Amino acid sequence: MALLSVKDLTVKFAMREQSVTALDGISFDLAKGERLGIVGESGAGKSITGFSLMKLISKPGFIDRGQIQFDGRDIAKMDEPALRDIRGNHMAMIFQDPMVTLNPVLTIGEQMVETLRAHRKLSLEEAEQIAIVKLREVYIPSPEERLRQYPHELSGGMRQRIIIAIALLLEPKLIIADEPTTALDVTIQADIMDLMLELCQTNKVSLILITHDLGVVNQMTERTLVMYAGRIIESGRTREIINDPQHPYTQGLINALPQQTLPGQPLKQIPGSMPSLTNIPTGCAFHPRCAYATSRCKTEIPRTLRFGAVEVACHEVERLKAGQGKAGTGQPAANGNASANGDTSAYDEASTYDEASANGSGS
Amino acid sequence: MTTQTNPQARGSSFWQSNFVYSFRKSPIAIISMIVFLLIALSAFFAPLLAPVDPYNQALFDIMDSELPPVWETYGDPRFIFGTDPQGRDMLSAILYGTRLSLLIGICAVAVQAFLGISIGLIAGYVGGRLDSLLMRMADIQLSFSTLMVAIIFLAVSQAIFGSDTFNKYAIVMLIVVIGVAEWPQYARTVRACVLAEKKKEYVDSARVLGFGPLRIMVRHILPNALSPIFVISTVQVANAIISEASLSFLGLGMPPSQPSLGLLISSGFDYIFSGSWWITTIPGIVLVVLVLVINLLGDWMRDVLNPRLYKGDK
Amino acid sequence: MQTETRQPLLKISGLEKRFELDKGFLETLKFRKGRIVSERREVHAVNGVSLEAERGEALCIVGESGCGKSTVARLVAGLLDPSAGQIHYGGQRIDNLGRQALAPIRKKMQMIFQNPYASLNPRMTIQQALEEPVRFHQPHLSKSEMKDKVAEVMRSVGVDPSWRFRYPHEFSGGQRQRIAIARSLTVDPEFVIADEPISALDVSIQAQVLNLMLEAKAERGLTYMFITHDLSVVQHFGTRVAVLYLGSLCELADTATLFAAPKHPYTKALLSAVPQLSDERPNHIRLKGEIPTPINLPSGCPFQSRCAYATSRCSAERPEPILQADGSQVACHAVEEGRLD
Repeated sequence: MALLSVKDLTVKFAMREQSVTALDGISFDLAKGERLGIVGESGAGKSITGFSLMKLISKPGFIDRGQIQFDGRDIAKMDEPALRDIRGNHMAMIFQDPMVTLNPVLTIGEQMVETLRAHRKLSLEEAEQIAIVKLREVYIPSPEERLRQYPHELSGGMRQRIIIAIALLLEPKLIIADEPTTALDVTIQADIMDLMLELCQTNKVSLILITHDLGVVNQMTERTLVMYAGRIIESGRTREIINDPQHPYTQGLINALPQQTLPGQPLKQIPGSMPSLTNIPTGCAFHPRCAYATSRCKTEIPRTLRFGAVEVACHEVERLKAGQGKAGTGQPAANGNASANGDTSAYDEASTYDEASANGSGS
Repeated sequence: MTTQTNPQARGSSFWQSNFVYSFRKSPIAIISMIVFLLIALSAFFAPLLAPVDPYNQALFDIMDSELPPVWETYGDPRFIFGTDPQGRDMLSAILYGTRLSLLIGICAVAVQAFLGISIGLIAGYVGGRLDSLLMRMADIQLSFSTLMVAIIFLAVSQAIFGSDTFNKYAIVMLIVVIGVAEWPQYARTVRACVLAEKKKEYVDSARVLGFGPLRIMVRHILPNALSPIFVISTVQVANAIISEASLSFLGLGMPPSQPSLGLLISSGFDYIFSGSWWITTIPGIVLVVLVLVINLLGDWMRDVLNPRLYKGDK
Repeated sequence: MQTETRQPLLKISGLEKRFELDKGFLETLKFRKGRIVSERREVHAVNGVSLEAERGEALCIVGESGCGKSTVARLVAGLLDPSAGQIHYGGQRIDNLGRQALAPIRKKMQMIFQNPYASLNPRMTIQQALEEPVRFHQPHLSKSEMKDKVAEVMRSVGVDPSWRFRYPHEFSGGQRQRIAIARSLTVDPEFVIADEPISALDVSIQAQVLNLMLEAKAERGLTYMFITHDLSVVQHFGTRVAVLYLGSLCELADTATLFAAPKHPYTKALLSAVPQLSDERPNHIRLKGEIPTPINLPSGCPFQSRCAYATSRCSAERPEPILQADGSQVACHAVEEGRLD
């Protein structure tokens, strides 16, 4: 049975006159011990997904409909006391900015012991012992000393390790990590990624990794959801999504990376930008930026279609697959190059000038 | 290509709409604004609205002295708010007095703002020793209370120039004294704002383009510091009106021939126990209401223009 | 590669920048071992960096946070004054010039900043923002010429000129960055310093901005100094790369050379740490410890505390960049002694 099963989750934000849909019918499953990546650009709704899984959406946001089945219980219907038990005990969250997550006026030890004793009946000494064990698990040198230190005395990488240690304190079944390495330098990011991977594997913890970095998703996760404007547009095994993306947006996202183009050549850009929530285009939200858009894409929200292990929400995906078959599949770089020139010029004319009108009204 | 639209109307639409929207949603702001406009307009048009000219003593009749307001038993319909001991129509006196109080308040704040903004801009932008020097000056200034400075200054100048000369220039004196005494409020706010804005990249980008410091300060930084300036301006106008009233109450402000609200309150004070309560109370209520609505408007404006609430653009 | 008569467009030699941590006399007083001593602490942001940029190249400066790459950019742009060292532009020394004397160079040298939300004045319309530099540097232009110029620049960065009366907040991050680029192009510069111009942007928008910068380079013959932490962008964009660590130059090489054969142990670790899209998970080189604080730097090689190859010489003697056979410069004793191979 899946550890987490999200069905038709819809989150709205009440605005002045109308409400704005931030998440529009998200459905996915997560097995025990599985590592799932949620990829998208800013405004795609990936962070809101993370927050709503713990029902941390506060006013003016609210869960409009849908279920979040976690271990057989529906989080979407839980009240605060039940949620407090779930949060921390069964689910933990790691945020992007380690400085904000840790309370600057409490020592590391105080924060860890407090977390432990809030959920378990433990003496001070027992709690400290557990904290030291956890700090050692995340490779923090001389953990006894660290317990007495304040967050500002530690470096960014060290803080993020401590946050991971705190997340692991109560041995949760699921960790939601929202851009856990974005604020870190590459060399430290690599260390933290190794650490998280190791901890998830040894402790059989499920992981939801929210990030914009396809490289991080590739190295950390087994399965990936790609989000755009509050909807899941593609999901499947990470390897397949990166090697053979089906949705035009996923293709564009991967092809836009500098690694996919020869040095000095123009990059294959996606024109326009992510629409703001107040102004999501009708039909397929990606259609104003899509080179393959037809009139159907403008009016009809695409259903999710299944191709083997991959699910894609695109009207034109079959036509696309046929086209790609001729160009040769496998290497994304190769097939990207094959259609590069035609694509970009079509993109450019399509709607470079439309973005401000789509974004300008965002408040 | 789309046709040109009025840059002001279209450009600041977001800011405008947000501003107007929260105004419409705030009953306190609306009521305060109406009351304020009522007082301000009637003060502005005092010469047209007032039944008599309260500065012209020839028009007073001693027989009309200390008449109560119309709704009291011995009220006279010619004098809606009654008269003072000289037989002056209170309504006219209050209208003219409010006019003076507002004039002095606004002009004093203009002086404060000019001094404070210039000093704050320079201190914040130039920084270093000059900043320390200017800010220590501000600290020293703030450690004396406004009233104390004003009382000493006004009392001394009254003694030096004599009552007649002093009375002639009383308005200017009051404006300058209240203006000079309160500049540090502006200087500190503006400086803090400049320090925050100076770190932003648009200032660097202006420097890279080779613009001079004056241009950067006035054209680039100042417009971004306007929100807090607006907010403190409202509070400062209210403060300046109170300062003026206090000084006039103490006899260091306007001459009795040209009473401001403060002086009206003070002159009626002696008669309050003889039953003529209206001479003090009515101008007092006007003063309190005026200051209250200005402060309420300032509060509302601070909430709306709060940089933390609105500057993020998102 | 470089003929003797040709002069590099930009030449930085021995550049140093120290920031004082304790401002004012009172802050320098410290309590040490029972007595009060006066002690100045300084952040060594840049330590003797020497670089050259040839006309028409894209020199990338990479490194992790705190390595001094942005400080180098700001020093070159004249936003900061160097503590030591010299900056020459087109053969002329510029680091000691006053604002007036610098004006003609300002026109030639422009800067693009990281945060597109902060680099445009929120209270100025796009028109005002773009016109201001033109009016300032070419006051002789007529109103219509100015308008044409602004429209031309807007078009060249792909922003509809009919939007010139809008304010920056009405645009998306990518558009703002394009407008910021447009603003720096209005004065027809020949040298552009770009300080992390795309790191605040989304992936699909990064490609738009990078393409724009490449286009501008091709059309206007621009020379770039590109500051970034993103190595895949460097590989795509740069002609040469300088790797900085803790304010010092580790390695300077042609992009292709650097990515094919990194020599400095830090460069190797840095390259191995970048998350890849390929199937196999490369084993990245783990560095021990973390970047030391740039306050009161250790003697010797700045990287020695984390380097697996450090010897006693490394902790005593600061390595100087040494020219290698393939044209790259590497500041490492181990490379010099051939201990790495």
